Amino acid sequence: MRRRLSLVDRLTIALPLGWLGLFLALPLVAVVALSFQGIADSIPPIRPLIDSLHGHLAVHATTRAFRIIGSDALYTRAFANGLLNAAMTTLGCMLVGFPLSYAMARAPASRRSLYLFLAILPFWTSFLLRTYAWMGLVRDSGPLNSLLMGLGILDAPLPILYSPAAVLLVMVYSYLPFFVLPMYAVLEKLPQDLLAAAADLGARPLHAFRTVTLPLALPGLVSGAVLVFVPAVGEYVIPELVGNNDTLMIGGILWEEFFQNRDWPVAAAIALVTFLILMLPAAALRRWSGASGAGRA
Amino acid sequence: MSVRGHRWRGVVLALGFAFLYTPIAWIVLFSFGGDAGESGHPGLSLHWYRALLENEDLKDAARRSLLLALLSSPLATVIGASAGIALARLERFPGRSALIALLAIPIFAPEVLLGFAFLMLFATLEALTGWPQGKGLLTLVIAHATLGASIVASVVYARVADLDRSLEAAARDLGARPLRVLATVTLPLAAPGILSGWLLALTLSFDDVVTSSFLAGPENTTLPMAVFSSVRVGLNPEINAIGTLMVSTIALVVGITFAALRFGARSRSGAGAGAAPARRGS
Repeated sequence: MRRRLSLVDRLTIALPLGWLGLFLALPLVAVVALSFQGIADSIPPIRPLIDSLHGHLAVHATTRAFRIIGSDALYTRAFANGLLNAAMTTLGCMLVGFPLSYAMARAPASRRSLYLFLAILPFWTSFLLRTYAWMGLVRDSGPLNSLLMGLGILDAPLPILYSPAAVLLVMVYSYLPFFVLPMYAVLEKLPQDLLAAAADLGARPLHAFRTVTLPLALPGLVSGAVLVFVPAVGEYVIPELVGNNDTLMIGGILWEEFFQNRDWPVAAAIALVTFLILMLPAAALRRWSGASGAGRA
Repeated sequence: MSVRGHRWRGVVLALGFAFLYTPIAWIVLFSFGGDAGESGHPGLSLHWYRALLENEDLKDAARRSLLLALLSSPLATVIGASAGIALARLERFPGRSALIALLAIPIFAPEVLLGFAFLMLFATLEALTGWPQGKGLLTLVIAHATLGASIVASVVYARVADLDRSLEAAARDLGARPLRVLATVTLPLAAPGILSGWLLALTLSFDDVVTSSFLAGPENTTLPMAVFSSVRVGLNPEINAIGTLMVSTIALVVGITFAALRFGARSRSGAGAGAAPARRGS
């Protein structure tokens, strides 16, 4: 089946490879270089890595940025916060998203595409506006508190807005589609006859679920979890809008180093460390899915 | 399945979709309130829509965002569709795994990290070569096109990988040159994927706040940036009015597109071309 690459083939390869190499790989190289640079009182506010001021080349690499983020508890706490928040968000998406995907996948075939459409549609509406909507829903005088107080469950409004709980709630809400889509895709393809066979052989529904459904659904669960966890680690907008001082995370400190402190090397070091932390689970997933894919084929 | 199974499913679906749609319903409802303050009785009015029409800064930002989305999404589509077609059609070529890795970066990496990295590239390039001169529409278009390309590529890849390869092989066997095969066989068959990829790139660009904040500079505030700085201060029913307009526009566009795609798929398979994937079972 293999044929020689035609000129058209070469162009469809070269265009994306060239563009992404220039505008996606090169920025990462720039960030790595920058994280080893010193600061200067100039525009841009960095000391060049190499200069040839007195006729010979001088290299000014420094580990200053890494020493700063390693020695200040503010940064380690922000990293811990970001990772913890992403882990809780992933767990929340699983708890909400798995039953939802399962119910969607078990629905009659004629209804499934409608449900899938309904699950995707919020994803098309502005993410910022949906976060904003939650601010209105959970504020002290908002519908949620009014409802709980009207039902007599609460005497005074629950201060949810500007708290870690609000961050978690909105994170789970916003990242839910990233979990539901891969999860649903796997559950929908689950062969029904396997469950029927398990039932015929006397397995109770819960036993069949644990020994048949869950192992087969695992690839969807893992890719959904990674798709939620990895971007969630660096989330900036949600903690900024609905969180408080306790919810300063990686995205927040990078933003502040860049926009407020104008310390580009420290911002670059934060970016580099985050990137390295995130590449580990992503690489693990690739290995894992590559191995299982090879096993199936 | 048993009746109990049905009931369980209904409850989960109802709760799940209520969770997904409550915030959107709130935006729409709240936007039609009058100027009664937070506690007053919200009469039905178009007050906030009128306020929106008089807000020149927001209208300016909206125009800029639209221009940005219209410039960056076609670029993203060309780059992303090329990548998707190449990856789906050619099993082996130099740089294949590099291309896959590059396309995965925007999907996985946090936005703050990407926005910062883009700016560092442009700052370094400007220091070395004098290009680009400062931040502005150009840097925004490049960044948005790069991020969008990744989404387009994954959508187009999924579509093209599903297609029947023998159609292209037949065209080649009948003597069609590669460009002709691409233009008359591959592209028309991939069109639904390319269209939805373009739409996704368009909405992503129109919605982006983090990457844009790094690259826009002071004179190029986009609509999401304006919304973000206003929302940081607190609630503002004008934002609800914008939200309602955006939600209804997007719902309309997406609804029409999906309807058109389903209709297209049905009429094509009805014509017996056998090209539309029967997997979806519409």
